[in-house]
Amino acid sequence: MSPMSGRHSNRGYWIGFAIVLGLLTAAPTVLPPFWSRFVTEILIWGLLAMSSDILIGYTGMISFGHSAFFGLGMYGAAAALLSVKPPNLWLAILYGLVGAGAVAVFVAYFSTRLRDIYFGITTLVFSQIFYVIIFTWTDVTGGENGLNFRQPALGLLGWSTSFTPETLHWFVLAVVTLSYLLLRRITQSPFGMVLQSIRENEPRTRAIGYAVERYKIVAVMLSGLFAGLAGVLYAIQNKFAAPDFVFFLVSGEVVIFNVMGGVGTLVGPVAGAAFFLLLREGLSRYFEYYLIPVGIIFTLMVIFFPQGFLGFLRRRLNQ
Amino acid sequence: MLSLSDIHTYYGKSHILHGVSLEVGPGEVVGLLGRNGVGKSTTLKSVVGLARPASGHVTFEGRDITGVAPHHLAGLGIAWVPEDRRIFKLLSVLENLRTGLDRAGVDDARREALLTKVYDAFPVLRERRNQAGGTLSGGEQQMLAIARAMMLEPKIILLDEPTEGLMPRMVSQIRDTIGVLHREGVAILLVEQNVPLTLEVSNRVYIMEKGVVRHQASAADLRADQSVIHQYLGV
Amino acid sequence: MSVGIPLEQIAVQTVNGLVNGMILALVASGLTLIFGIMDVVNFAHGDLVMLGGFVGATTMAATGNFWIALLVAAIVIAVIGAALQISTLRPLLGRDPLTTILATFGVSLVLQKYALWQWGPSARQLQEPITGRFDLFYLQYPWYRVATALLAGAIIGALWLFLKRGTYGIWIRATTQDRIMASAMGIPVPWVHTAVFAIGAAMAAASGVLFGPLGGVTQTMGADFTLRAFIVVVVGGMGNLGGSILASIFISLLEAYASLFVSPAQAVIVSFVALILTLLFRPTGLFVPTPK
Repeated sequence: MSPMSGRHSNRGYWIGFAIVLGLLTAAPTVLPPFWSRFVTEILIWGLLAMSSDILIGYTGMISFGHSAFFGLGMYGAAAALLSVKPPNLWLAILYGLVGAGAVAVFVAYFSTRLRDIYFGITTLVFSQIFYVIIFTWTDVTGGENGLNFRQPALGLLGWSTSFTPETLHWFVLAVVTLSYLLLRRITQSPFGMVLQSIRENEPRTRAIGYAVERYKIVAVMLSGLFAGLAGVLYAIQNKFAAPDFVFFLVSGEVVIFNVMGGVGTLVGPVAGAAFFLLLREGLSRYFEYYLIPVGIIFTLMVIFFPQGFLGFLRRRLNQ
Repeated sequence: MLSLSDIHTYYGKSHILHGVSLEVGPGEVVGLLGRNGVGKSTTLKSVVGLARPASGHVTFEGRDITGVAPHHLAGLGIAWVPEDRRIFKLLSVLENLRTGLDRAGVDDARREALLTKVYDAFPVLRERRNQAGGTLSGGEQQMLAIARAMMLEPKIILLDEPTEGLMPRMVSQIRDTIGVLHREGVAILLVEQNVPLTLEVSNRVYIMEKGVVRHQASAADLRADQSVIHQYLGV
Repeated sequence: MSVGIPLEQIAVQTVNGLVNGMILALVASGLTLIFGIMDVVNFAHGDLVMLGGFVGATTMAATGNFWIALLVAAIVIAVIGAALQISTLRPLLGRDPLTTILATFGVSLVLQKYALWQWGPSARQLQEPITGRFDLFYLQYPWYRVATALLAGAIIGALWLFLKRGTYGIWIRATTQDRIMASAMGIPVPWVHTAVFAIGAAMAAASGVLFGPLGGVTQTMGADFTLRAFIVVVVGGMGNLGGSILASIFISLLEAYASLFVSPAQAVIVSFVALILTLLFRPTGLFVPTPK
């Protein structure tokens, strides 16, 4: 492959990136409010899906625990927004990341001790532990009804203004875009290469001399923090936190985004999230049980197209 | 009766068999000699459907069985005794035998007869018939593996290194068993490292090197002139 | 020295724990059998319990007979299970465990939503086939609960016998130990896999119907049973039938005793903790002899 074509595809990528970014930025000005909010939500779920891809797509660790990270990010932000007046945006982010980070530490520990299935089951159990705690500790967490709070203002160095739906969208877009670029940088770095090598053949990676445990811990922490960040954004956008989001089936949905979009591509899961949410929005008007055909498609994809849409396209384009 | 023609088999990306061709006639004992790693076991596995040939054909009694799933082959009359014996460790000796004995079309009388025959040939199996397979010694497990194959009343047995790791007394018993099977008209494709034993029991012998058959001769000729064997096996 | 909790309450909870444990054992044995023979972690197993419960409820509404409902549910779900295994799991034989978990997860989703579609969101109650109560300390304890435990035990016992004797039992055990050699001996391994999956499904369905009079049949019970069954199978040792039965009883007793102190919704954390401790200290299973 000549260096020229390498630069070509690189340039093509950045052009595509700029176009998509432009479209997303313009969205709130062009779309009606409902759809504009919808795009914002897609971005948030996309961030969650990306964080999950670090584990599933790059390191090869199936995790049903992302609902725990997401949920704790959400409730962490809620804690900040309810306990400190006036509600502070950055404090919310901080609390949320700390909450998600704490869970991530636990999960990271287990990731080094357990393989595959056992790790997956444990992450599932973790989600459920937090679900039960949040559901039943009504005094603190509001139990079944969750927590409601006010949206914080966008404040920076003394200057502050309330969010409008547009500015909120741009804030979310900025956070998600930065996260994406950061994650992309990480996955394409030597660190990311080692993660993929762990996915391909863990014993061999260990034999070569890499401290596999350390890499896994960092991967889980990264994944957990970005998932928590998504939870914070969700809390800010919707002004509530609810235990439903901690239930392990939410993690399952995230896994669906990943598989359908294409694991190991970062962009794929975002596309998967968009596709899935659009499908839900569109189909649920006509057929309430749209998840039945979606589930069937998902299962068929797992069997025949494990690379997801993007992976499939990528292989075609590479030829 | 059994014929392999131009078999190419891969393990993942490794090209193990580079066009193996050989034949076993009805009732013949055919030896397959060669150094470690030349592909002898893979050849047997290619017949049994455990290593699917990428190209080439395996024919049995006129029928193309290339790549057929293993569980169909027992019914056709092909039995496999693998290199590591693969006894069902948690099943008793009798239950191990029953994996071959409990077949459609075999009435109780014939079952009894088959069991008796095998117990007479290998008395130690009768003694240990209710013991778990995993508690048997190496030699006893080999007996069990062969006895298990005999339960299928096969037309051909694929024997993979039966004497490996066995004491001379056991090797002797294997030799006798092969003799008995031959007299009953069962064909045998014998993969072995033990050259003298192979030359003694076989009708014909193939010699393999690096995934191909390099030489074939009658056992009698080879007994007379062993230089070819020295050449390929360095023995 | 006072215990704090009256002995009678402890005794009652012991009986409750045993009853729940037997139902859970019925579910878990199917799951562990399936894992042992084909290395599949069946995410949809709890949903088979749920479907069994719904089919049982419908049959019972039509016939008025609980036992017929039990039989019909077991057969129908066994057939569905076999169909699922053939269509989604056979193509995946030999692929990595991640793929099979995802595939069974997809199946689970479809089954849950299908049940929601066909039976609606409200719970179905099944009538106890055996009414009447007896005096257990301070309670009027339903005979049905005891009958359930005995019946579950009988089904598991029948499974055990089936595996230990008879040709098919040998086929299943041989395939579990070495599927390649079993195949070479002429055992039709793909069909053995299907049969075991169907048996596991039938047992799950039976649990669903047996549980019906105790807790009702709802969509969400699937996820609940799957989670519990997973925990039990890991604590009992994956693939270990006896272990999963003991673990079912152990976990259920723990939860029963815990519910003396906290609400039932929170008592469930006890089993989570048991799982985590097992994974940390005896990952091959609490009820498995120490691996060499």
